[in-house]
Amino acid sequence: MNKTIIECNDISFSYEEGTRILNNIFLEANENQTIGIIGANGAGKSTLLRILVGLELNIQGKVRINQIEVNKKNLPAIRSEVGYLFQNSDNQLFTQSVYQEIAFGLIHNGLDEKSIYEKVISSLEIVGIAHLKDKKIYKMSGGEKKMVSIASILAMSPKILLLDEPTIALDPKNRRTVINILNRQNHVKLIASHDLDMILDTCESVILMSEGRIICQGPTEEILHNKELLEANGLELPLRYQG
Amino acid sequence: MSKINNAIFELHEVDEMAQKNTVINQIHPLIKVVITLIYIGIVVSYDKYDLFGLLPLFLYPLIVFHLADIKIIKSLKKLRMVLPIVCLVGIINPFLDHTYMISIGNIAITGGMISMLTLMIKGAYTLMASFLLIATTGIEKICYALRLLKIPTFIITQLLLSYRYLTVLMNEANTVFEAYTLRAPRQNGVVYKMWGSLIGQLLFRTIDRAENIYDSMILRGFNGEYLLTDRKKATSIDYIYLGLWLFILIALRSVNIVEIAFILLA
Repeated sequence: MNKTIIECNDISFSYEEGTRILNNIFLEANENQTIGIIGANGAGKSTLLRILVGLELNIQGKVRINQIEVNKKNLPAIRSEVGYLFQNSDNQLFTQSVYQEIAFGLIHNGLDEKSIYEKVISSLEIVGIAHLKDKKIYKMSGGEKKMVSIASILAMSPKILLLDEPTIALDPKNRRTVINILNRQNHVKLIASHDLDMILDTCESVILMSEGRIICQGPTEEILHNKELLEANGLELPLRYQG
Repeated sequence: MSKINNAIFELHEVDEMAQKNTVINQIHPLIKVVITLIYIGIVVSYDKYDLFGLLPLFLYPLIVFHLADIKIIKSLKKLRMVLPIVCLVGIINPFLDHTYMISIGNIAITGGMISMLTLMIKGAYTLMASFLLIATTGIEKICYALRLLKIPTFIITQLLLSYRYLTVLMNEANTVFEAYTLRAPRQNGVVYKMWGSLIGQLLFRTIDRAENIYDSMILRGFNGEYLLTDRKKATSIDYIYLGLWLFILIALRSVNIVEIAFILLA
């Protein structure tokens, strides 16, 4: 039986009194599983991912990552297990060069220079941008920045990948590259996205969210074929299923 | 290109200068920080009337500009916003100090005039030395050097993040300004009534982005101390460089070359 890696037990969350962003979320993700989180804007997808990585701690309910409870005390342990990809790469990348960006996490985790170099090169090779090692971040296109963001989390060798809109604002070629990269990773992956075609290509199961609640959960093919269900929750059928 | 865009471009240009492969760029950051501090210390140590004694110290920026392959005129252009402020420092001295010093033709030169020039030159030298340090080292390596000098971590992190915040602020300011001008095409600049809300917007946007960037840092193990990848040790070449500059700067401070030249010429 597959081990449970992510476990959310009755999670509720609000930024301010009276306005709940998430309501009674139950979620489980097992080893090697890739789950898509879909829903209209404001459904709570990004907030759920932020809670899983411990960026929002003021929650009701319990979250466990690889058997470790997410709380302030356990944050270093949680964050060594989880790689979190930001929706906007400009918010994620903050150093000058690609090398520095990818090395940042490694050096702050106490690796020596040789191991840092090897890991940087290997993660750049995984995403196919080894030739951009010394490039300045501010000179990069949106697609290149996304690849650097992915490389920077892969370099940390996380067990779990949380990806917030990984294909947003990418051209078709870069989008396909990201999909291929994600499909090659054997991590537990939670992908929050509006790009339902990408979800079809990467996830075996899907969670549909609306107004902070999980509406339904099941195999990707089944949920993404359900036109009424998707439209009732502010979504449309994936392009490949539309006439 | 808008003025803000231009400023962002110039800031990136300085960062790129620091990545070059010149002799000066190769020197250990600690050595460069120490030399810069000594140079600034020597510059400010001159008496307010010792204008001629101060002049030969131009040698330091001149040589570093040359060795670092940085164009002096282009750099002065980058400093155009700060240089006039520095020069303003001594502007009221001629009105306060009327001590007679020397006459050139029929014009009496007062102590106030000389001290004004001395202050201006001191300010310009200090500014150029600081610029050269940033342009040949980069902010991250400077912070590393400051750490080696046992400056508290929180000050260094503050310095580094403020420098990074500058780019975020300018990028967001550019976005806000572009959004405004596109919807107010007939306005020349920003109407004063709008300044309050635009600055408020800018503040919220930059705080939001800065928070995201901070999240990105803590998720990758940042715990208040910004560590660097390039932590090489100083070599004998670095120490020779330090020794040479120490010798030159102390010699220039001890001997008034301009005065000697005047005596010899006379």
